[in-house]
Amino acid sequence: MSSDPTFAPGCPLPAAGYALTVMAHGGGGRLMQQLLDRLIRPALDNPWLAQRHDAAVIECGGVRLAFTTDAYVVKPLFFPGGDIGKLAACGTLNDLAVAGARPLFLSAALVIEEGFPLADLKTVLTSLNAAARAAGTAVVTGDTKVVERGKGDGLYIATSGIGVIDHPQRIGPRAIRADDAVLVSGDLGRHGVAVLAAREGLGFETTVQSDCADLSALVMDLIAAGHELHCLRDLTRGGLAAALVELARDAGVDIEVDDAAIPVAPGVRAASGILGLDPLHLANEGRMVLFVPPAQADATLARLRGHPLGREAARIGVVRGGRGGVRSRSAYGTFRVIDLPSGEQLPRIC
Amino acid sequence: MRDLDAYRDADTVRGLAGRIAATVNRPWTLMEVCGGQTHAILGFGLDHLLPPSLSLIHGPGCPVCVTPVAIVDQAVALARRPAVTLCTFGDMLRVPGSEGDLLAARAAGGAVHMVYSPLDALDYARRQPDRQVVFFAVGFETTAPASALAVRQALRLGVDNFTLLVAHVRVPPALETLLAAPGNRVQGLLAAGHVCAVMGYEEYEPVAERFRTPIVVTGFEPVDILSGVLVCVEQLERGEYPVVNAYGRAVTRAGNRTARRLLEEVFRPVDRAWRGMGTIPAGGLELTPGFRRFDAIERFGTSVSPHVEPDRCHSGEVLTGRLDPRACPAFGRECTPEHPLGATMVSSEGACAAYYRYRHVQ
Repeated sequence: MSSDPTFAPGCPLPAAGYALTVMAHGGGGRLMQQLLDRLIRPALDNPWLAQRHDAAVIECGGVRLAFTTDAYVVKPLFFPGGDIGKLAACGTLNDLAVAGARPLFLSAALVIEEGFPLADLKTVLTSLNAAARAAGTAVVTGDTKVVERGKGDGLYIATSGIGVIDHPQRIGPRAIRADDAVLVSGDLGRHGVAVLAAREGLGFETTVQSDCADLSALVMDLIAAGHELHCLRDLTRGGLAAALVELARDAGVDIEVDDAAIPVAPGVRAASGILGLDPLHLANEGRMVLFVPPAQADATLARLRGHPLGREAARIGVVRGGRGGVRSRSAYGTFRVIDLPSGEQLPRIC
Repeated sequence: MRDLDAYRDADTVRGLAGRIAATVNRPWTLMEVCGGQTHAILGFGLDHLLPPSLSLIHGPGCPVCVTPVAIVDQAVALARRPAVTLCTFGDMLRVPGSEGDLLAARAAGGAVHMVYSPLDALDYARRQPDRQVVFFAVGFETTAPASALAVRQALRLGVDNFTLLVAHVRVPPALETLLAAPGNRVQGLLAAGHVCAVMGYEEYEPVAERFRTPIVVTGFEPVDILSGVLVCVEQLERGEYPVVNAYGRAVTRAGNRTARRLLEEVFRPVDRAWRGMGTIPAGGLELTPGFRRFDAIERFGTSVSPHVEPDRCHSGEVLTGRLDPRACPAFGRECTPEHPLGATMVSSEGACAAYYRYRHVQ
């Protein structure tokens, strides 16, 4: 990738030398950040987008609403622990939850490839509906398109969600303070490993199930119990590492985590070791990181662990005043920088 | 996985670091050969546990990094042919050739398919009989047996739409080139445990003897690496230069005989250019005459001219341990993982990538 002299400095394209979209632009890593920062955000610039949160918070007639959207593209469509329907409901519910919003309504747009079995479509929609209903919401509007065979991966789903923030807390990156405790709601990397293992051709078997789950009940429980939450972020592509790097940058703080405290299930650790992947970069679909005042951290941790979705919750680090960096401390007392993955996580050669 | 945890145990690691400090009386410079070891050292901060008089420099043991631009260009050119599907390991996709990487070739319409094994590429060829499937065979003696197996199966099954673009390289000739180079600073070598798991370590014995340099077969977990360092400095302090196996749970002196026989049947040594190191006598592998018809270059011809490395990339000096990645004028400035000048910044085993990932503060 030599740089192209026809592109002047400051020109938003090409991101890192690419004139065409490459898969890594969607991988949750640094290339994706560059695409967002240099092309997508400038093109759509407005104050709500500038909140840089998973959901935009909108004041409307004295009511605070949270609004979010997400597109779901997963291969395979059915994986241990879920399917694209459950994923499409939970992912959007989680984006609302981490804004502190109680979910109200969802929409769903289906892009179906010619030849996709209707029985599979029914299974997926049953999952989507079940997850929406379990969260006390419903899919109240939608759209359906069919594309020619070979023009889609079976099925893509885009969902949007709207929720209400009916409490005075302002949860988001701007509320992160030095000395805040950093918690995670559970062990990391299950979704990434479950999906990789289910993919054709990887040739390894694992009992690891995706963590795909709706976190809104857990968040509502913390808020109802009076816990002060400075910031929440659900962990998706790019994993814990991407979430911490983005939040440190957006809040202008340093974050320090303790390697030994980060919960990773043995099966996930084993698969990561074999494939040369870092569990901190692996995708999750039912986990979040929480920033809470230090004096309340133990109480919040106990409350998380008392909930079925938070049994493996852990206190993993602390916020320091600083310049927006993330580092982790090993069991040997040494430090390493935690950074965004560059693009897609690519299994190594040997 | 209790096993793996034992090789990362904090008390054992601190104990080994203490023994190394107590053993070292003079300054020593060791080279860990393998990029996987480099990443473990930087990721776990093991270099910070060593006494200041003991230096670790990072060797050329990253197959992606040493693959010459000309071969990457051949892969890109093959991927652009309409009838060809190029299969390769994920690591190779982002290595820059002189006109872009394989991801860019795919984005521009080329058929590039990521596989986890050469046998997957062979399966792919059997399922797509109308396409020519080329496996970009990169790697040391560790991965070469799998390529050999794929070719032998292709012969047995009569799969004639499958070829290899062979870029396999051999470690011992590269170590000899390094140790013989003027200004060599390396006093002891930590050999790559997985290469030795296949090849054993008999072939390192004449190298250690000739250059009076101890070579210690070393693994990849923190306890393995520090055990290798300890054995190596013990030999140096004693003035001895044997080959010692500090990775006994995976390596024997003779290695994996089945894999070695397979390698000898399908491949033979050939002089090969290494990126940044020049042509190394017997530094690569090529298909033996009986398997030559599975060679992608034979089948498709070469379509690219030899490429000159850009001056701004100092990967040759990095790969031979003469330059600390952080001292490279391009490091973290014009050369980053998103915009690499050379493969040492791309590969998951490259030394520049390791420093950028674990130590670089923007």
